[in-house]
Amino acid sequence: MSEDIAPQKMLMGIPGSPGICIGKAYLVDRENLDVVEKYVLDGGQVAEEVTRFKKAVKQAEDELARLIKRSPKEVGQHIYILEAHKALLKDKMFFGHTVDTIKKAKVNAEWALKTTLDRIRRVFNRVEDDYIRARLDDVVYVYNRVMRNLVGTQDSGIDKIDKRVILVAHDVSPAEASQIQLEWVKGFVTDMGGPTSHTSIIARTLQIPAVLGLENATKKIRTGDLIIVDGAAGAVILNPEEKTLLYYEQTQEIYEAYQARIARKSHFPAKTSDGVLIHVNGNIELLEEVVAALDRGGDGIGLYRTEFLYLNRRILPTEEELFENYKEVVEVMNPRPVTIRTLDVNGDKVAAGIMPDSGDNPALGLRAIRFCLKNPDIFLVQLRAILRASAFGHVRLLFPMISGVDELVQARHLTAQAAQELDRQGLAYDRELEVGAMIEVPSAAIIADMLAEHVDFFSIGTNDLIQYCLAVDRSNKQVAHLFQSLHPAVIRLIKRVADVSKDKGVRLAMCGEMAADPLNTPFLLGMGFDELSMNPQAIPAVKNAVRGLCASDCRNVVNDIMREDTAQAIARLILETYGDALPMEIPRPDSPSVKAGAA
Amino acid sequence: MTENNPAGIRLEKEVVIVNELGLHARSAAQVAKMAQKARGAIFIRMKDRQVDAKSMLDIMSLAAGKGSVLLICAKDPRDEALLNSIVALVEQGFGED
Repeated sequence: MSEDIAPQKMLMGIPGSPGICIGKAYLVDRENLDVVEKYVLDGGQVAEEVTRFKKAVKQAEDELARLIKRSPKEVGQHIYILEAHKALLKDKMFFGHTVDTIKKAKVNAEWALKTTLDRIRRVFNRVEDDYIRARLDDVVYVYNRVMRNLVGTQDSGIDKIDKRVILVAHDVSPAEASQIQLEWVKGFVTDMGGPTSHTSIIARTLQIPAVLGLENATKKIRTGDLIIVDGAAGAVILNPEEKTLLYYEQTQEIYEAYQARIARKSHFPAKTSDGVLIHVNGNIELLEEVVAALDRGGDGIGLYRTEFLYLNRRILPTEEELFENYKEVVEVMNPRPVTIRTLDVNGDKVAAGIMPDSGDNPALGLRAIRFCLKNPDIFLVQLRAILRASAFGHVRLLFPMISGVDELVQARHLTAQAAQELDRQGLAYDRELEVGAMIEVPSAAIIADMLAEHVDFFSIGTNDLIQYCLAVDRSNKQVAHLFQSLHPAVIRLIKRVADVSKDKGVRLAMCGEMAADPLNTPFLLGMGFDELSMNPQAIPAVKNAVRGLCASDCRNVVNDIMREDTAQAIARLILETYGDALPMEIPRPDSPSVKAGAA
Repeated sequence: MTENNPAGIRLEKEVVIVNELGLHARSAAQVAKMAQKARGAIFIRMKDRQVDAKSMLDIMSLAAGKGSVLLICAKDPRDEALLNSIVALVEQGFGED
């Protein structure tokens, strides 16, 4: 190998979370066990090698049996998954094929196992059914278990990081994200993902830069490489030259100074020049993020996503566990409100143990409230836990994916049932607990007046509302440009919900990404939103924007906006009216020549 | 028995998938578990593909949805009763409701 210094390279991806970090890359690959050595056996070693493979399988079987034994009885679905994994171990296509390969090709067990996986992958990748193709994950899971036993190493995964690094991965699953020693991660770089992906949410709440959707970052970057991540630009620079490093070090300083400047004022209320107060809250997913929301001046938690406790494991959480978790968030925030959204498992966050079949079109499938109403046993456990936590502070209960009055009535009925149970057991809860509906399905926005009769507040989830309203999957590159948050239809739906809320005396909040963009703050204020909730990182900028606005002016601008007929025209109008007052661009020093592939 | 009888196949029966989920993980596992008790080979044919009924993975790779027509074949005549039970299992929709 020559000792030449590798040339600087720029890789362009999708901005996942703003910020700049410079550091060593740490490559984590779910299939990092793929680096398998091949060696040919002497005839006499074959039987021994088969035995070694069978031993590794037996060990995996025992591990799974232990997991099954440890699982509580009531989580039947989970046990089924483990049983399925156990069955996979002995499946002919898996077990039989590997043994045959060892015997016929006279190769080591690791290599034989790898060819088995490759073969199964080829077969499954041809299957047109998404659900079945996704079962490949189960095969990979079982494969990794056996491979680990064969190679005799520990899981060389994400939980082993022990120095400050930039994580480079094909994708980061919710389960993996929950294992990360967050203080060691400076930034994320992934092959997969987009602005609404899980990695992006995590990175933004942790306030670390992320560049996603690079497609082949894991092939180009090696552990130990020096890289620069420019989250806002969606750029990753590999092997930076001296002048590039200098430029980014300066940019990083300027960016951090800017953040600090707006953060300093963030603990004061967000009040307009004419005295209208708006609550600016944080969206969180992990207990740990409460601190980020408070540090950034959050007036409360506007959206506590509760999926994590269900997803980062393969056993359903108990009521006690959920209760302890919710209670902690509520206590830390007290007296500030915490809006707890009930379980919203969906297509890209499917918990194998809970949702066996996400259907061909998960976004339109059995998710969120639909799933919970179909599984009242699981739902009641969560409702009881939330109710119990409400005794320790200010809790609001939020139901996701409401599409009609029936669902809301049923959900409230189950909540009442949970409350009665607690009464019987003499357990305390907040009897004045406010209940709200997420408005993220167009039908809910259209019948907001009817839904209003059954709730204390609305929270508009813009990411889904836009997706469903415009029929656009933002993660699909072919149509991503049609995902326009300022589309007149979206604006009309939001305006309708705002008008109904005022009319019916229902509190109005927004918890989608749209709330986080200070450019949207003027018309949201004008429409009369009481609360905006966002990634904690965005709180200071939005609070800053509110302080620079006059609510009565904003109300007039809403009327102008409603007359524009394209998203572009609306954006232009906002920029023309407020562009100067809302500094968007983060100042940067003069750019050096950072060219892709420049030597 | 039909005239369409490639070498070695002794028994075969046609069956239509009636359950909503089709031959997904759970149902495929049920079929494989049953087929593993057979004395001889058991195959499932769908259109131009043939898979080993003793392998849940192989069965799943058919992605046989509701309404798919399968031909289940047994090589050993002693597996006739077993073949019938597999057919019955499929016809009853794997006990799904």
